[in-house]
Amino acid sequence: MSTRYFGQRIKRNEDVRMLTGQALHVDDVNFTDMLHVAFYRSRDAHGYIKDIDVSAAQEREGVVAVYTAEDLGDYWQPGPLLVPPPPTIEGLIFHQRTQVPLAKDKVRFVGEPIVMVVAESRYIAEDAVGDIWVEVEALPAVIDIEQALNEDMPTIHDDLDSNMAAHVVQKKGNYEAAVQQADLVIKRKLKYDRGTAAAMENRGIVAQWDAKSQKLTVWDTTQAPIVIRNGLAAMLGLSEHQVRVIAPFIGGGFGPKIMMFYQEEVLLPWASMKLNRPLKWIEDRQENFFATTQERGQVHEAELALTNDGRILGLKHNFIHDGGAYIPYGLTIPLNSQANALGPYATPNYYSEFKVAFTNKPIVTPYRGAGRQHGVFVIERLLDLAAKQLDLSPIEIRRRNFIQPEAFPYNHEIIFQDFAPLVFDSGNYEPALDMAIEMIGYEQFIKEEQPRLRAEGKKVGIGVAAYVEGTGIGPYEGARITVEASGKVSVASGIGTQGQGHFTSFAQIVADQLGVDVRNVYLVTGDTDQFHWGAGTFASRGAVVAGNAIHSAAVEVRKKILKLASEKLEAAEEDLELADGQVRVKGVPETAIKLGSLAVMANPLRGAVRPGTEPGLEATSYFGPESGTTASGVHALIVEVDPETMKVEVKKYVVVHDCGKVINPLILDGQIHGGVAQGLGNAFYEQLHFDENGQLLNASFMDYLLPTALDVPRMEIGHVETLSPLNPLGIKGAGEAGAIPAAPVFVQAVENALGDDAPEILEIPLSPNRLFELVFGE
Amino acid sequence: MNTLHTITVIINGQSYEREVEPRLLLSDFIRHEIGLTGTHVGCEHGVCGACTILFDDEPVRSCIMFAVQANGHTIMTIEGLTPDASEENLHPLQASFREAHGLQCGFCTGGFLMTLLPFLQENPNPSEQDIREAISGNICRCTGYQHIVDAVKIAAAKMEGQ
Ligand code: FES
Ligand code: FES
Repeated sequence: MSTRYFGQRIKRNEDVRMLTGQALHVDDVNFTDMLHVAFYRSRDAHGYIKDIDVSAAQEREGVVAVYTAEDLGDYWQPGPLLVPPPPTIEGLIFHQRTQVPLAKDKVRFVGEPIVMVVAESRYIAEDAVGDIWVEVEALPAVIDIEQALNEDMPTIHDDLDSNMAAHVVQKKGNYEAAVQQADLVIKRKLKYDRGTAAAMENRGIVAQWDAKSQKLTVWDTTQAPIVIRNGLAAMLGLSEHQVRVIAPFIGGGFGPKIMMFYQEEVLLPWASMKLNRPLKWIEDRQENFFATTQERGQVHEAELALTNDGRILGLKHNFIHDGGAYIPYGLTIPLNSQANALGPYATPNYYSEFKVAFTNKPIVTPYRGAGRQHGVFVIERLLDLAAKQLDLSPIEIRRRNFIQPEAFPYNHEIIFQDFAPLVFDSGNYEPALDMAIEMIGYEQFIKEEQPRLRAEGKKVGIGVAAYVEGTGIGPYEGARITVEASGKVSVASGIGTQGQGHFTSFAQIVADQLGVDVRNVYLVTGDTDQFHWGAGTFASRGAVVAGNAIHSAAVEVRKKILKLASEKLEAAEEDLELADGQVRVKGVPETAIKLGSLAVMANPLRGAVRPGTEPGLEATSYFGPESGTTASGVHALIVEVDPETMKVEVKKYVVVHDCGKVINPLILDGQIHGGVAQGLGNAFYEQLHFDENGQLLNASFMDYLLPTALDVPRMEIGHVETLSPLNPLGIKGAGEAGAIPAAPVFVQAVENALGDDAPEILEIPLSPNRLFELVFGE
Repeated sequence: MNTLHTITVIINGQSYEREVEPRLLLSDFIRHEIGLTGTHVGCEHGVCGACTILFDDEPVRSCIMFAVQANGHTIMTIEGLTPDASEENLHPLQASFREAHGLQCGFCTGGFLMTLLPFLQENPNPSEQDIREAISGNICRCTGYQHIVDAVKIAAAKMEGQ
């Protein structure tokens, strides 16, 4: 019998290559005639470019070309708007301003590229950057996001009369009326500061124009190779078939490697065509702190109206979102924050207004969580504060407000980032809460452990927070599955992969349908010459959208196998089974035909392919969900705070997660672990410090603290499975869940540990020194 | 600055003689001159540990050494852990990483393996805390470390039996 792979902890197919140093990354691509690129980047956050002198750089031995904005001619165009604002939100204001390939008249953030140098080696290119002189007439930098919107601030985009990039109001019910009925209104201002994704692999591009074959090949650390291919072809005036974009193994994505059309991504292919030489640019870590997009900065003013027994009557949630200097990714992040502030709670009335501010800081685009955690932080904090006032436990107040299982699909009546109404497809929140409480040992901790440890002078605390995550949004993904003559099965799909285990989880889906060994399913992904329809890996959508496309293609191939085998074996299809890489009549092993042989029969060298049939055992399918599917969960943790230094140690961390049907629990656990580590980093270690001139003060791993193995606790994970009705496999996305509720649960536990003299913590990140200031005064 | 120096280095048991600029980083030498691209660079300032190699059997960060410093020395990189990069011949440490799902994007993995190899040789029975301390100089952004720690425990058990 064939083994069932779906739902099993299968070891990964891709590991061997990675473990032996044989996985191809962009910087591993080398050509003998390759040239290397480095950029002169703005040292000022804001100012007018007065003069650029590149003569010394041009004269340096080994320098092949030096380009400024002027040299680009018509190719100099602002980048595409990747996600337009939802057309269905009334009264929405949006000022599209996207990044330019090289700054022309004005610089808008430190690190913005101004000059591109091409040289025989990277060392020479960097030397030549040092030869360049750029004179900038500095303007005051717009850094603070609240002040950015003041009328007397200099404008970052001169043709606008303020730094407001967007303004959006969404509502449901009548919040003001809800306040009239409320027994309690909790009103607070909350802040969430900037961080960076810091994938271990920096970005990189290799572009190779081959004049003889008239083909451009680009190796790119992108999460969305197909979108990049189509865009580059259009920009360069080439046919899409002349451009091949390969996203090979990528050393972590987490969002910023999405289809950005980064300046370097647009410039290298152009210059490669001009010079007719392959070019390589590999970002260094310091550049990554400026040149790669970032996320987080928001300031919220929020109010929660409740009854005396802790039921939510309404939420008012106004905030400013820091867009950075350009907003190529539209409103995805603030729309996520707006939607996720509703959490898993039935909130009859909602009023939310946000403004996006241009600032003289690096561009903001989604990073794991993509604004969801900001909304979750707001609602979870307000619930904690309300619970305190009402003398309810943090658990009870959440339980009383959960959307009930029979209320799904639950329509929140606002528009989500995928332009569809925010409707939760399915959910069952209480079992996850109960499981988390049980796993963390809540009752026992509160009744016994905490009093005992407190008596010893230890400051220990517990926190529990819930969240939802909109995942698996459209538009669509596709896949082509082929049974090869060798019996191996190839799966071609368009999404890029950055460590999520796609080579394995997708193989599991196919192996089950076709009755083959999971190791004989070979995934090709991220190469536009292999498959060129699809969007990319973002918004926790890979497993849901591509997974279902692959499933559907596998079902089609299975049908073809059964049809052909039934002819060859002269048996009814119902009597056949697929197992061990063969198709056979059930219970009659000697009838077995190997799938490879059947594939050969399906592609004969003689004889016609009959009308209405196709050669080969192959099928292509697409899956495009109408709307996203909502995953959910509960995190709980126990912390100990050092009473003198305010250093916080996480003693125990529990995650209970519901992402519908799980394809591979081993991979899922890994996704959650990584997410929690990033969430904790965000809560307690990581913060980008910009001074008032827009200079980033901690642009190195020495100064920007990433959690190490000593900082991330051991985590325990529980699973609840509420199937999604929106796709045949019943799965929901999981990629971002670990990161989303880490901040509020952490803060709740720290407050609980500090006991009666705890300050109200309304900001993230909360470094040990910031906590110290909050407790002991600045 | 541009005068070339001839260096001889043994990498994964093979001797290489090359002419290099004195400023060439050892990591760039290994990756781009020799073509052993399994050694990755994540920061090029000595913090992330991705570029860790064994230098005369000691783990070092190849991004903060110059190639000329390797003249006459012996280096081992991730490619030296197995004879042929096949699944059957994985080193027990590599096999354990696979078993415990100790890698996701795999970019940091080489650095972890090269840090852990001498560690396990010296500490055949490490505690969880020992393991966490041993890898605290290697940053992984994907795994949250838990599965890496699990992998090391499995590897310790496997390697002890050898
Ligand atoms: S690349 Fe050498 S320590 Fe980071
Ligand atoms: S596996 Fe991606 S950085 Fe460690």
